[in-house]
Amino acid sequence: MDQAMTQAPEGELDPEIVLAEMKKNGVTHVVYLPDSETNSLYRLMQAEPSLQVIPVSREGMAFSLATGLWVGGKTPMILIQNTGMMESGDSLRGWTMDLAIPVVMMVGYRGWTRHGVTRDSAAVFTERFLNAFGINYYLVETSSDAPRISTAFEEAARTHRPVAVLVGDEYHGFNG
Amino acid sequence: MFQMAEMLRIFAPYRGEAIVFPGHAGREWIHISTRPRRDVSLSPPPPMGGQAAFACGLALAQPGEKVVLFDSEGNLLMNLGILATIAQHAPKNLYHFMLDNECYATTGGQPVPNAKNIAYDVIARGAGYPRAFAFEKLEDFSANVASIMAQPGPVFVALKVVPEIDHKPVGQKGGWQKRTRAQILQELRAELGITAPSCTS
Repeated sequence: MDQAMTQAPEGELDPEIVLAEMKKNGVTHVVYLPDSETNSLYRLMQAEPSLQVIPVSREGMAFSLATGLWVGGKTPMILIQNTGMMESGDSLRGWTMDLAIPVVMMVGYRGWTRHGVTRDSAAVFTERFLNAFGINYYLVETSSDAPRISTAFEEAARTHRPVAVLVGDEYHGFNG
Repeated sequence: MFQMAEMLRIFAPYRGEAIVFPGHAGREWIHISTRPRRDVSLSPPPPMGGQAAFACGLALAQPGEKVVLFDSEGNLLMNLGILATIAQHAPKNLYHFMLDNECYATTGGQPVPNAKNIAYDVIARGAGYPRAFAFEKLEDFSANVASIMAQPGPVFVALKVVPEIDHKPVGQKGGWQKRTRAQILQELRAELGITAPSCTS
């Protein structure tokens, strides 16, 4: 694999480390709708024999599909963008929350800015949305934050609720 | 068009050990099924639009078990894209029946968009399902159901059924299912040999 694709610059989130977190937590299936930030992670997931990547064409489907996988004994993870998460509100509620499905959703935080003015309404409403649903979340910006992904899995398993990981960094500059 | 309950009674002998997700047919299926621990008869139902994705996930998770879904056209129209996802992964154990009553029965019977002119089997085939059928007469369904269930999935079967309008306030719906959703999921997972508990209410 292209070395430039697999090593993230310091201070960014390395998709190899994200993949390692998935494997560490026993993820069997990633239910997924792509966004530009996760392209390099997608390539890694596709190449990982222990993972089955299931694309959907609308994010709401990811929640019911993940529910079916979990009821069938697997460990799914949902990988979507914040825009799609907001579109999926009722599926999040009625499938994963009402049926108490312990699933981690990794959410691309489009528009996230640490210090600047947030101009993208997708970012403005992301945490408000999660708070309205009572969904706990962890922000991951760099590789050093990656252990929070495991924290999210542990919390989901303990509480039987969905837990979000907000990816506050683009996989920029090394994803081909 | 034919009655949903009559169709279910014709289907029942071919169910075998399959997991059945009856959707809105649950209130009829509960009186017909002889394997309730393998029925995912959830009441109140989870949100519309996700039924086929749920069944797809269950089928992919349990490739050794047949999974039978009784979808509805209102559900499917909310998320037609799931047909492409199912066709891509092509679970050989998924049997996707779709009950088409041409309306939203639980809200008073308003017609679904273009209710009388959609060829759902053509859409499924176009999305990549290797086999798709449509039946408007019960005798035709009866003549083909054995063959449908004997061959590998994924298969799509559109069935024209008589609308059974069930327009009640939310608090007065249901009541036919005495098991909680938690019990249903726990008992199914136990049937499948999955030991970790579920804890929904």
